[in-house]
Amino acid sequence: MTSQYTKSKDRLPRRTRNSWVWFHRFGSPSYFYRMASRWGPRTGWCAFILMIIGLYMGLFIAPPDYQMGDSYRIIYIHVPTAWMSLSVYVLMAISAAIGLIWRMKVAFCVSRSCAPIGAAFTFCALITGSLWGKPTWGTYWIWDARLTSELVLFFLFMGYMALDRAILDRKTASQATAVLSLVGLVNIPIIHYSVEWWNTLHQGSTVIRMDGPSIDTRMLVPLLITTVSMNLYFVSVLFYRVRCELLDLERRTQWVKEVIHD
Amino acid sequence: MLITIIQRDLKCVSQNLSGTIQPLGFFIIIVSLFPLSVTPESEILQRIAPGVIWISALLATLLALDTLFKEDFNDGTIDQMFIAIDSLYVVALARIISHWLISGLPLIIMCLIIAMMLHVPVHTIDALIVSLLLGTPTLSMVGSIGAALTVGLRYSGVLLTMITLPLYIPVLIFGTSCISSDLIGLNWHGQAYLLGAILVLSITLAPFATAAALRINLN
Amino acid sequence: MTDLINMGGHGFYIWTSYAVVIAVLVFGIVIPIRHHKHLINEIAKHHKSSK
Repeated sequence: MTSQYTKSKDRLPRRTRNSWVWFHRFGSPSYFYRMASRWGPRTGWCAFILMIIGLYMGLFIAPPDYQMGDSYRIIYIHVPTAWMSLSVYVLMAISAAIGLIWRMKVAFCVSRSCAPIGAAFTFCALITGSLWGKPTWGTYWIWDARLTSELVLFFLFMGYMALDRAILDRKTASQATAVLSLVGLVNIPIIHYSVEWWNTLHQGSTVIRMDGPSIDTRMLVPLLITTVSMNLYFVSVLFYRVRCELLDLERRTQWVKEVIHD
Repeated sequence: MLITIIQRDLKCVSQNLSGTIQPLGFFIIIVSLFPLSVTPESEILQRIAPGVIWISALLATLLALDTLFKEDFNDGTIDQMFIAIDSLYVVALARIISHWLISGLPLIIMCLIIAMMLHVPVHTIDALIVSLLLGTPTLSMVGSIGAALTVGLRYSGVLLTMITLPLYIPVLIFGTSCISSDLIGLNWHGQAYLLGAILVLSITLAPFATAAALRINLN
Repeated sequence: MTDLINMGGHGFYIWTSYAVVIAVLVFGIVIPIRHHKHLINEIAKHHKSSK
């Protein structure tokens, strides 16, 4: 990559830089594209290395749990993916809000490329949740409060992506999906608490609180490592997807020609 | 302003009554499927009655919502309304209230017959009516956001369901538990209050989202 | 090595869930990368032809 991601001549002189310039620089597609192409691969490799370390520690070094034996080791991917799925939806809604307020194309691209990754994370969380349920509770699917709100989050992502593909015109599509993600964001706490309330009504909380601070540090460290690696993985996939969207969106612009010839 | 729009809508609807009859017919057919498929015994029917009533009410509103903005959007009345009236909130709210009056209210009246069909005891009728009175407007409000988002598309029926059903889940949970706790004799006012709270929240927020969605699809 | 595999009787569940997640993650990163390369070539071809 010969071209520095910010050409020296277009860097603002120190005096006139006010604090908000960095925010609007992200608004320009070419700047975001170059930044993404610089940081995309790096975060990807960091995530890969961290994942290897985290999983190795989690699977082989962490002691077996006194109650569940070794079956708890699934939390090293179930809990990070569950956390990630919620934070991806929140990020999607925030970038959609930024896009609506400041009319930033890049924010819409970020929000629309968040959806497939979020859906993948929720899918993983559901699969690992149900696979973890088999040894601990005997059935593949139990209507546990967290699993059910994860399932609803999965439906929210499906609805978002369905609307995104249904509207052909890109501009209305990004604005309409932005409104839908904001409506979804308002609904997530309501859904979470109603499912929680519904669950305590019917079953009472029989679920073992695994991810509380009570678990001992040797089990906690791999969990943190895998969570950080999931975040880095998300960032790198997001950068790749946003680069695709930007290229697709700005085919005829000048900066795309430059990027192509690099 | 609000009243004039609602009167206009009611006049329109009185011409073609098929728009209101279809959701009602759909509602009754769905409810009568359950005794045929599950069991005609009154004991089990009574237990599943809240779920049956609420799910069919949900599906009936979704069906009625699909055409909520469609004709007005295509023949341009929505554009005129947006230009004539400055605050879009009022336009959206008026459209939703008129939709509720057309499809939600008859639904509640039908519920008296449905409750009798499902052997629901008479003393729970009050919980049933209150939960539906508080719940169906929320269904119309939240559903109108989905209807406004998909107004520009031709085949938006399934898409509308995919978008709005996850948002209906809290209303469904509190609505059904309101009736089922009354069936068992417990105090159902707690759930009714929660339904009321969700209703107030959706009245304040939903029309803004619907207006924004309509404006997006207009230009 | 064997106790490594069966992980105290729950080996099947642990390894299948890890396999599923890793497969989803790998697909999640490979598809955008391939799509990105494809887009670059397509636009480059388009530019050459239009020049």
